[in-house]
Amino acid sequence: MPEDLKRAQGRSIWSGSISFGLVTVPVQLFSATRRRPVSLRMLGPEGTPLARQYVCPKDGEVLSGDDIERGYETSKGKFVVVTDEELEALAPRRSRDIALERFVPREQIDPAYFVRSYFLVPDEGQTKAYRLLAETMEATGRAALGNFVMRDKAYAVAIFADEGILHAETLRFADEVRTAEDLGLPEPKVVKKKVAQMAKLVKQLSETRLKESELRDESTARHLELARRKHARGEDVVEAPEEAGIEEPDGVNVIDLMALLKARMRGRKSANGASSGSSPLKKRPARSSTRKTASGASARKKTTANGRSTRKKASASSSTRKKASADGRATRKKSTARRAARKTSTGRSARKAAAAAR
Amino acid sequence: MARAMWKASLRVGKEALPVKLYSAVEDTAVHFRLLHARDHVPVAQRMVDPDTEEEVADEDVQRGLEIEEGVFIVLQPDELASVEPEASRDIEVTRFVPRDSVDPGWYGRPYMLGPDGKAEDYFALAAALEEAGRFGIARWVMRGTQYSGALAPHEGRLALIALKPAEEVVSTAQLAPPGGPALQKLERQLAEQLIAALDAPFDPEILHDDYRGRVRELIAAKAKGKTVRFKEAPPPKVTSDLSGALRKSLQAAKERKIA
Repeated sequence: MPEDLKRAQGRSIWSGSISFGLVTVPVQLFSATRRRPVSLRMLGPEGTPLARQYVCPKDGEVLSGDDIERGYETSKGKFVVVTDEELEALAPRRSRDIALERFVPREQIDPAYFVRSYFLVPDEGQTKAYRLLAETMEATGRAALGNFVMRDKAYAVAIFADEGILHAETLRFADEVRTAEDLGLPEPKVVKKKVAQMAKLVKQLSETRLKESELRDESTARHLELARRKHARGEDVVEAPEEAGIEEPDGVNVIDLMALLKARMRGRKSANGASSGSSPLKKRPARSSTRKTASGASARKKTTANGRSTRKKASASSSTRKKASADGRATRKKSTARRAARKTSTGRSARKAAAAAR
Repeated sequence: MARAMWKASLRVGKEALPVKLYSAVEDTAVHFRLLHARDHVPVAQRMVDPDTEEEVADEDVQRGLEIEEGVFIVLQPDELASVEPEASRDIEVTRFVPRDSVDPGWYGRPYMLGPDGKAEDYFALAAALEEAGRFGIARWVMRGTQYSGALAPHEGRLALIALKPAEEVVSTAQLAPPGGPALQKLERQLAEQLIAALDAPFDPEILHDDYRGRVRELIAAKAKGKTVRFKEAPPPKVTSDLSGALRKSLQAAKERKIA
């Protein structure tokens, strides 16, 4: 497996239970979507990965999460401020349980409703009820529908069983999917002879299964190929500080998602089956521990001062198009602490921004 | 009547059906603006050099790919243009697969297709797909982005559901299911009966969002100066007596049906 594919988000996103009738199945949710292995990033003129910053347009002040609030515009320029606590208060009470309210034939769920996919992993080796539910749903060809709340947001969810594994697909709500009528599409007029022609065509091009190779992300592959060629030539190479992943949400752990899920499905705590007591998730250093330390102006000021000296050094040494790696490494070491400090502002405000749409 | 996002030619074998593409998603979210807490002014965003906190102007922003940890390769505008997918109006359907061979985890954004001429062929293709229980696998380039998608029959019309790239999806086939002691026949029977008791056809109307409605109510209430209280949800309980719980649930479900 290529190295870049191993980078995936591997923490449990939600932990709670699914229940059908009085049967409760404790589960943890893991994303079934890997982060895009590589994506184009915005870089400065010297190749520094850029950060998004929030500023007050009135006084030019740089804002951190604590300086930002959420407002709903009731009329032009007039806002009702809504706090996190108030939004939390609106979350339904049964937020730690996905009650399976009905079971439907799985092929009846319209693909237009699916949003995101998660694996349900049995919690703490409690596998019996899990296996029973999975086996029965698979045997009966049923998917289960329910609601739950994750990160203060309500979701409709369809739970599927495939090969003994339960997975949850979050669904759009009915008013989020436009129907043919909503779009004003014409009423179907079926001409039998034409249908027979099309049926023949469909048959000619039919295959028994979907090949994953057809769904490759060719655009990223082309970018990557281009970048590898340039890397080999040493062209436009910029060594950025280690903590370049600024746009990641705080506390993201890096791990091979597949290894983690495999281990968890077997009821093991650790992804590689190694030392007990250690987390199955490899934590990125210098993140969660430093996050809380730096706040306010002093940290920011320090950041700026330190940053300037690094920059001067970098720009003096060479142009962007060819930068020696030794120089980059030196930059990397110096900047670690500074980056950790900066994350407080960018990380928090980014999270708030993500939560702004409800 | 909604406006089409894009006009295209749906190509299947030698057939070319003119179609209009619409987004099938309606944005119903309550959108908040981020405000500066002190003066309630909407915040502005800017890209800065994290070392200097100096703003970098749009024209100075470069694009780069992190090829290995901490190593970026800058891709110049002409290079990016050279690898951009070729613009085209074609949605090319390469093959048809059984609809259940598309795992739900693959589905991305949904679009609807409407006929833009040759309506009989369009409806005939929808009917033929419905009959065969198959989806078409399609590829297209829209606004500089390459997509893969599933061409699906939908209420007698055609829908096109984007499919996520293989690199981003972990499928169940790649994992081993949890193990444990064998299930008892009685437990299986009870579970089947319970699922049968809760059986219903899929009706999207049950998928409704109370939460957004409550957020809207909150905003309305706050405009008048009121507040809301919050109660913590209890932690989940583990079922130890599985067949006992199944039996009781079944009884309850039956009573509900009779009542």
